[in-house]
Amino acid sequence: MKKKPRQLGYLPLEVIEEEIALPSRERMEKGPVVIIECDEDIPCDPCVESCKNGAIIKESLTAAPIVDYEKCTGCALCVAACPGLAIFVVDCSREDNKALVYIPYEMLPVPQKGDKGDALDRSGKRIGSAEVEKVRKGQSGTAVLGILVEKDLAMNVRSIGIPERSNG
Amino acid sequence: MNSDLRIENHPILEFKRGKRITFQFEGKQVVAYENESIAAALFASGVKVLSRSKRFNNPKGWFCGIGKCCSCLMRVDGIPNVRTCVVPVREGMQVERQGQRAMLPSHLEIHVEKEEMNIQVLIIGGGPAGLGAGITAGNLGLGAVIIDENHNPGGQLIKQTHKFFGSQEEYAGLRGFEISEIMYREFRETGGVYLNETSAVGYYGLKEDGKHSFIAYRRTKDGYTLLEISAKYIVVTTGAFENYLSFPGNYLPGVYGAGGVQTLMNVYGVKPGNKALIVGAGNIGLIVGYQLLQAGVEVEALIDALPEIGGYLVHASKLKRLGVPIYTSHTIKDARGEESVEGATIVEIDKNMKPIEGTEKDLAVDLILISVGLSASNRILSQARCENMYVHEMGGWIPVHNEHMETTVKGIYLAGDAGGIAEASTAMLEGKLAGAAIAEKEGCDSNEIEQVRKIAYGELSQIRKSEFLKNVEKGKKKCYQKWEEIK
Repeated sequence: MKKKPRQLGYLPLEVIEEEIALPSRERMEKGPVVIIECDEDIPCDPCVESCKNGAIIKESLTAAPIVDYEKCTGCALCVAACPGLAIFVVDCSREDNKALVYIPYEMLPVPQKGDKGDALDRSGKRIGSAEVEKVRKGQSGTAVLGILVEKDLAMNVRSIGIPERSNG
Repeated sequence: MNSDLRIENHPILEFKRGKRITFQFEGKQVVAYENESIAAALFASGVKVLSRSKRFNNPKGWFCGIGKCCSCLMRVDGIPNVRTCVVPVREGMQVERQGQRAMLPSHLEIHVEKEEMNIQVLIIGGGPAGLGAGITAGNLGLGAVIIDENHNPGGQLIKQTHKFFGSQEEYAGLRGFEISEIMYREFRETGGVYLNETSAVGYYGLKEDGKHSFIAYRRTKDGYTLLEISAKYIVVTTGAFENYLSFPGNYLPGVYGAGGVQTLMNVYGVKPGNKALIVGAGNIGLIVGYQLLQAGVEVEALIDALPEIGGYLVHASKLKRLGVPIYTSHTIKDARGEESVEGATIVEIDKNMKPIEGTEKDLAVDLILISVGLSASNRILSQARCENMYVHEMGGWIPVHNEHMETTVKGIYLAGDAGGIAEASTAMLEGKLAGAAIAEKEGCDSNEIEQVRKIAYGELSQIRKSEFLKNVEKGKKKCYQKWEEIK
């Protein structure tokens, strides 16, 4: 029997594709765009407040957010603002076969550009390698990392495992 | 040095430790920093066993870490039954494990001063509910005094390092400890008085002038001040305490309430263990699991007896993508260890909650967190003869109150978890409503009161539309109805 998200502890990609209105393929290839993986009716709205372009809409405080992908510039301000760390930005517009995935990150060691680590999927499984391309200190201590991964893994990679540094 | 478990680097927090001091633990010198609790300082230096059980001589440690469960009682400077988890260390202090019978010595010199206070509004508990009530009462022109037994203001907000949900009205997007700083400042700006390290003793009835009589004591540099308080109104915002779980070995030091572990690692900056098992996949278990990772603790497993995760999926997802296993339909079979936890066994359970043989897993953990719900902490209200009722949606027995947060005793109000388990946004908003209700009785500006109520009721009804708080909506309705029946 297939396990439900509330047994797994995460939304598998097939459920996300089914339940959340994702950006079109064309939009994905045009440039960075937000992916909000939040389908619960949590009473919460900092994502709406954080968006300077009005691209994130909530019909009520407890409704799941809806994105106007044409208004979204992929600026990733919302990535650091989301208290549930459930917002990501995916950039599939690069010429090479890599995608840049922006993730919220609140762990040690403090990531640095050039750090290499494991590309982890939503279940924590290693599915490839990743390299930290951008580090931005976001709101209230949450860092936003831009990590380079294989382009066809852009919708699967949601974290990075950075090995401990030997000399602090 | 190798036994110092204090955290140096943390991705979110910066620990500003107080002055370095020393105290004596059973003849040994222990290094500590001002503002640390005795239990936290002992833990940081490797002392986990704080006493032994009377019957079986089993080792015991602290459990709740916030002064509610009394598992951490020790003898301090000759005085037995001191709650070491809330009493701060002082230079030269003598701390001992107390014997089987904790007797007061025949001769003790304690410096006690007496002070009378005649005030309008007394608020018991300086967390989100108490500060919410104090800010609103203050803004509407009433002087409020908050008493709280911790040395840091803000109740349990100070250990919340995650960002809060909610909307701007409840400081959404900020971390809990940041909210406590803002609320404390707002309260002080209204002219409110905040008495920390002040414990409530009890309610002593109505006086001839119609005021409530209340006794509290405050720790001072050289002893205590006994406070005889007369207050026209009392708001009880005493929060909640963590539920316990029954299993073999549950007495061992290393089995702690999830909230207590949060206090140890996030307030005092002490690493609670190396490998953890978390029992209970509600929001507290999930959030604390993530905070353990931030403190450098490995989380071996998070289990829940229910077939599905109870907390928000987004919180579970934060743990999952960092590789933490979550097992639903699992329970803890036992904890092992001599003087503290050295391991635990978990087991899968069937639909009838019966363990399934052969599914046991042994985990080499030194830390077991219990996060299986909270119970309202409201004995002061029972003492004041407020009517209680059993509401299972709200975590058990709660004091009957109406939507303005008034109990069945005139002049006594409540807010937050003391009136039934919900969450911090609810506590802040209910606090505001209690403040507004008192202002109304006092004939303060009715337009302003209306404004406060409009916003607070609006926010509360929005919040309670959530699937996760529907129980609160149901439970509160029952409670408001009962209040009408009694009145």
